[in-house]
Amino acid sequence: MSINRRTFFKAMGATAVALSVGKPVFASDASVNESEFYGILYDITKCVGCHGCEYDCADAHGFTEFDIPKDPPFRQTDEKHRTVVNEYETSKGKLPRKTQCMHCNQPACDAACLTQAMHKTAEGPVIWREDKCMGCRYCMISCPFDIPKFEYNSTNPEIVKCDMCAELLKEGEIPACAYNCPEEALLYGKRSDLIREARRRIHDNPDTYVDHIYGEHEAGGTSWLYLSPVPFNEVGFNTKIQTTSYPGLTKGFISSIAPVDILLPAVLLGIYEATKSTSKTEEEL
Amino acid sequence: MSTNSQPAVLLPNERNFFSFLISELKPKGKIFTPFNIISFPIMMIGLVIIFLRFKNGIGSVTNLTQDVPWGLWIGFDVVTGVAFAGGAYVLVFMVNILNLKKYKPILRITVLNGFLAYLFYSAALLLDLGRPLNVINVVIGNNFGVSSVLFLVGWHFLLYMLALLLEFSPAIAEWMNARKVHKILSGITMGAVIFGITLSVLHQSGIGALFLMAKDKIHPLWYNSYMPLLFVVSSIFAGISMVIFEGSISHKVFSDQLDESSHQSHKNIIVGLAKICTVGMFAYFTLLVLVFIHEKNWEYISTPMGSWFLVEIIGFVVLPMFLFFYGYRHHKITVIKVASIVTLLGIMLNRMNISIICYRWDAAERYIPSWQEFVVTLTIIFIEVWVLRWIVRRMPVLRQSPEWARNSH
Repeated sequence: MSINRRTFFKAMGATAVALSVGKPVFASDASVNESEFYGILYDITKCVGCHGCEYDCADAHGFTEFDIPKDPPFRQTDEKHRTVVNEYETSKGKLPRKTQCMHCNQPACDAACLTQAMHKTAEGPVIWREDKCMGCRYCMISCPFDIPKFEYNSTNPEIVKCDMCAELLKEGEIPACAYNCPEEALLYGKRSDLIREARRRIHDNPDTYVDHIYGEHEAGGTSWLYLSPVPFNEVGFNTKIQTTSYPGLTKGFISSIAPVDILLPAVLLGIYEATKSTSKTEEEL
Repeated sequence: MSTNSQPAVLLPNERNFFSFLISELKPKGKIFTPFNIISFPIMMIGLVIIFLRFKNGIGSVTNLTQDVPWGLWIGFDVVTGVAFAGGAYVLVFMVNILNLKKYKPILRITVLNGFLAYLFYSAALLLDLGRPLNVINVVIGNNFGVSSVLFLVGWHFLLYMLALLLEFSPAIAEWMNARKVHKILSGITMGAVIFGITLSVLHQSGIGALFLMAKDKIHPLWYNSYMPLLFVVSSIFAGISMVIFEGSISHKVFSDQLDESSHQSHKNIIVGLAKICTVGMFAYFTLLVLVFIHEKNWEYISTPMGSWFLVEIIGFVVLPMFLFFYGYRHHKITVIKVASIVTLLGIMLNRMNISIICYRWDAAERYIPSWQEFVVTLTIIFIEVWVLRWIVRRMPVLRQSPEWARNSH
């Protein structure tokens, strides 16, 4: 009897441990993956705004006719420009800032895509896959950084955005912009190493940088990380952006679908049976 | 083997069916009605624009921008249209689940309307897809994006169309005089009803959930985490308002299909529907107030967007709610009809606010639909009305079912 009970408790305990451990193990798995992502650290203090990275990017992605006007106005990325550098008037004078896909750890576009055309690869880049995309543009609706662009004037349009040169990465090379940057403002590496490096720079030069790494927590963390000498809103960043991931916003809805799909028919059937029987008795009377 | 040796001739009943179909394809009723004279040229222009869209790309006929990727074709045809088609699931619930026999006379026309609406709105959706052929990826399942709200909406949409077709199918069987098929189809209607309602609740709310990730892009007065709930609640009275509005038109146009008793019962039905709308709108309004307080939105009320928000809430929710209330208390059919039109405009305003007007309201380049987008939208609505009219004139939708069909259950 007592042995039985003991075995019972043992089994219960083992199950409880398995259940409680099971989840943290999964969670730590995910975080290990995230620290394995590669990314780029962009240091605004080192950037001189030469637009060289724009030319290198166009080169790497086959845009042959590429020209940037002298004294360019404020520009946004579009279907022909995967990255742009703009100048901002700030409290420390004119400062450049490069814009491109942030390659979120948990991208909204990836969660939004119903054909898995937008895809976060294990190495870090968020890529777009031509054979899967149906051109619904839901990724454009979802992206908090407004990055995916659409070729409206094409009969077989593509979604265009920075892919962190995923093809080059496969060959063991590094993204074109980071490879060519003359001032070493762009540093390519493992995301966890980049965060450590960014912290070191802030620590060593507390007067040069604001004490914040944009992208460490924004939108749940991004593969692109920014260091700035001025508050980030002065160089055009959305500083009100949430620090949890965007796919998390739809998680509640998506997890409620299965219960509703299963429970609601049962409830409806119950009501149907209830109203049916009363009407029959009325008819019989 | 023996089937191969048989000569390829139609069986007598099949030949009858084809000649029956051909005779039914001929137009019934007058050809040069004002509606036809207006709608036909618009449809022709619309078809040309659709051709140009496939020839030169979406940008050649629309004003869509990189900031606002979903325009009139999604914001009106799909997002608003699905809410308007909500009447089908609400009435099916009332008649088939709650057993409210009073509403049975308008059930078929509502289900047919819902089915056609879904059919043509999905056609509009295909026009808006940049790479429409790849839509097959969603269906055949080599690339299931199961974490995507749009994926779930799409599948619920597709299955619901099937459910609506099954719910309507007995009428098709009655039209073709197919008695055995009618019995089978009537038998499976209940399953279609239950799953149809479930699928509706989920995709109506799913359309609201589509915009959950656009948190920083939709004005805070319209964006909130309760959008799925608000969408499903508003679809109830949006759908019923459409039933009232559409019913008042079809009762004039198709009066030859109706007998005296159904004209009388229709008045009762409208009053009953107005009551449901009042309650539904009150629930919706309460929800809106709760959300407004919960999201601490007072600071926006004094801005221009705040005034626009008040226009929507007071002019197009509170006002029609009182009109519906007054209408059903005093049995004023005209007031109810006006209320239903105001409600429909309000739903249109709400859905367009979320998907277009207050979406990236801060964008440098505002999106204003091109005339081509309007014409294509009208074209889709007109084709739908033409198909609806064709079916109503032929199948027992408004008129009574044939004797044999009524006796079978």
